[in-house]
Amino acid sequence: MKEATRRAFAAAAGLVMLGLAASAAAQQPVKIGVIYPLSGNSASAGNYSKMAIEVGADVVNNGNAELAKIMPIAKGGGLSGLGGAKVQLIFADNQGTPAAGQNQALRLISEEKVAALIGAYQSGITVTASAIAERHGIPFLTAESVAANLTERGFKWFFRTTPVAIDFARAYSTFLREQKAAGQKVGSIAIVQENTEYGNSVASVIADQFAKDGLTVTQKIAYSANSSDVQPQVLQLKEKNPDVVIFISYTSDAILYTKTMKELAWKPAIMIADNAGFNDPAFVKSMSSLVEGLVNRSTFAGGKPGSVPYIFNELYKKKTNGDDLDDVSARGLEGFLVMADAINRAGSTEPAKIRDALKATNLPADQMVTGYDGVKFDDKGQNVLASTLVTQMRGGKYVAIWPKARATDQVILPYKGW
Amino acid sequence: MSLTLVQVIVSGLLLGAVYALFSSGLTLVWGMMNVVNFAHGDFVMLGMYTAVVVWTALGGGPFAAVPAAAIVIATLGVLSYFLLVRHVMRGPMLAQILGTFGLALFLRYLAFWTFGADFRTLPDTLVGGSFQIAGIRFEGSRVLAGGMGLAITLILHFVLTHTAVGSRMLAVSEDATAAQLMGIRPQRMQALAWGMAGAATGIAGALIANFFYTSPTVGETLAILAFVTVSFGGFGSVMGALVAGLIIGVVESLSAYLVGPVYKDVIVYVLFVLVLWFRPQGLMGKA
Repeated sequence: MKEATRRAFAAAAGLVMLGLAASAAAQQPVKIGVIYPLSGNSASAGNYSKMAIEVGADVVNNGNAELAKIMPIAKGGGLSGLGGAKVQLIFADNQGTPAAGQNQALRLISEEKVAALIGAYQSGITVTASAIAERHGIPFLTAESVAANLTERGFKWFFRTTPVAIDFARAYSTFLREQKAAGQKVGSIAIVQENTEYGNSVASVIADQFAKDGLTVTQKIAYSANSSDVQPQVLQLKEKNPDVVIFISYTSDAILYTKTMKELAWKPAIMIADNAGFNDPAFVKSMSSLVEGLVNRSTFAGGKPGSVPYIFNELYKKKTNGDDLDDVSARGLEGFLVMADAINRAGSTEPAKIRDALKATNLPADQMVTGYDGVKFDDKGQNVLASTLVTQMRGGKYVAIWPKARATDQVILPYKGW
Repeated sequence: MSLTLVQVIVSGLLLGAVYALFSSGLTLVWGMMNVVNFAHGDFVMLGMYTAVVVWTALGGGPFAAVPAAAIVIATLGVLSYFLLVRHVMRGPMLAQILGTFGLALFLRYLAFWTFGADFRTLPDTLVGGSFQIAGIRFEGSRVLAGGMGLAITLILHFVLTHTAVGSRMLAVSEDATAAQLMGIRPQRMQALAWGMAGAATGIAGALIANFFYTSPTVGETLAILAFVTVSFGGFGSVMGALVAGLIIGVVESLSAYLVGPVYKDVIVYVLFVLVLWFRPQGLMGKA
């Protein structure tokens, strides 16, 4: 009897051990490398995106009952396609330089053995980091870099969920022509841009689109985003006095332009900001009272209670003690969710299978955190369902004003400023 | 000359005076001890944060922010001297460079840790708004910063050349051993130099915070300008830093306006290299 009991115990213990081992093997976490500017001039945007992606990983790993009704991936218990494997995020700091971004990509691939990479905010850094991923055959998804040439390199491992410069340029162009029809002056347009990949490419796409649509760009000003002083540029604007100014800027320069325009007492009738710095929560928090009526673009708007954007925004607020998701962090989160969905469908951490799953991605609009019409990649890796909203600063918050079908508020012009 | 051009030059002069303001602390430490403080930009950054915290979080308002920043950064300067600089000065030149460079990184990441990566700005400026004279616009906060830059430079210059303390400090900088034989305590004088430099730097930070953004990495942007200003004007020369600051400010503004903002740094640095070519000791430095 005693002997039998002992045997039963041993057998039971053995079974338990086996079970543990099996589940441990099944739950080997899937590592996803995330490269963002966590220091340097764009660190605040990078850190907000990092928190948004952490919210996403938490939903995938631990589930969310409300979201699970809409998104299969939010059921909890990790990635069901990989036997409930949890997602493990490995963050790396690109320090705001292409060289550091490249080194971090290499480190994540060779040392951390990540299954896929997400990053890297600044277009100029995405260029170098994704080239490393391409060479090593690791899928690279950018959720926010918009430079046109990123998807023109013939890369086989590169995917982009965000709308790109041409989508924005068309939106601005249509918006401005509608304002013209409504009686606003748009005869002279100035483009003010920071002079790295992001600013250069977006500015040239906008200029081309405007030329096609019969809008005249009369002044182009390129500057370095690390400038310590922007007075001469604002004086150049003041002298020519254009009807419309479009700013393509990062955060520190956005703050300097806003302050300097007030100091030198000059503003255009329509001021448009191409997202980025002007959407940084740090900018909105401290400078919104000086840019009332600023026209911007955003892929994120709060949404109705019970919708995906609304629920994620609530989760994000909880994590950040009250900050709302913004355009950049929402796009980052979207990129992560697309990647998690692909890995889940791949049912493997093998890079080639993940890539094939990414190619087969077909997510509907109602599963989007952002305002995209969905996610579906073309042969170059570009999301063909990406789209944008035009917003306007109203009392410290951006509200959607265009397209009419999705606008929550009316356009108010001219630009008020401070 | 068009009105806008005059405005550009005025803006450049004010900017230059601000450059002089945040460079004076750096040049003072160099003049006293032949130590380059690579953490200087981060001292400015902490001065800015002190102003932001005192003004906004503690509700001290603008008039408490400036003296508070002076006191905090002066204390930081003296502490850095006793805890770090005093020791690395005994080592080779490389140890001094790496010592203060390490301090810079320490302070920068301490700021990241404490304040986060967010950009901050002051809710209002010390001297609000701007005024116009003959069509030229002057911004109150910049006039104040520029004016203080001039005042602090002149005060430092006066203290060094016309007071007993200044003479003692100069004696220590020329020959610490001889000064010690004359009954001067070199360490006390050097600590005093770090304190004075810290106070000037703290005031600079608090005033710059009026029209600039504050972030943990803002020191990087400012430090490069401070180093260029100081070596342009001559290491150790307080007046040199003032003259160099004004020249750099005007050249930068004019070239940004006339040639284009992307080229302004090229023009400033070409000028910088030319000056060092013909006068390696800087405009007003001792050969």
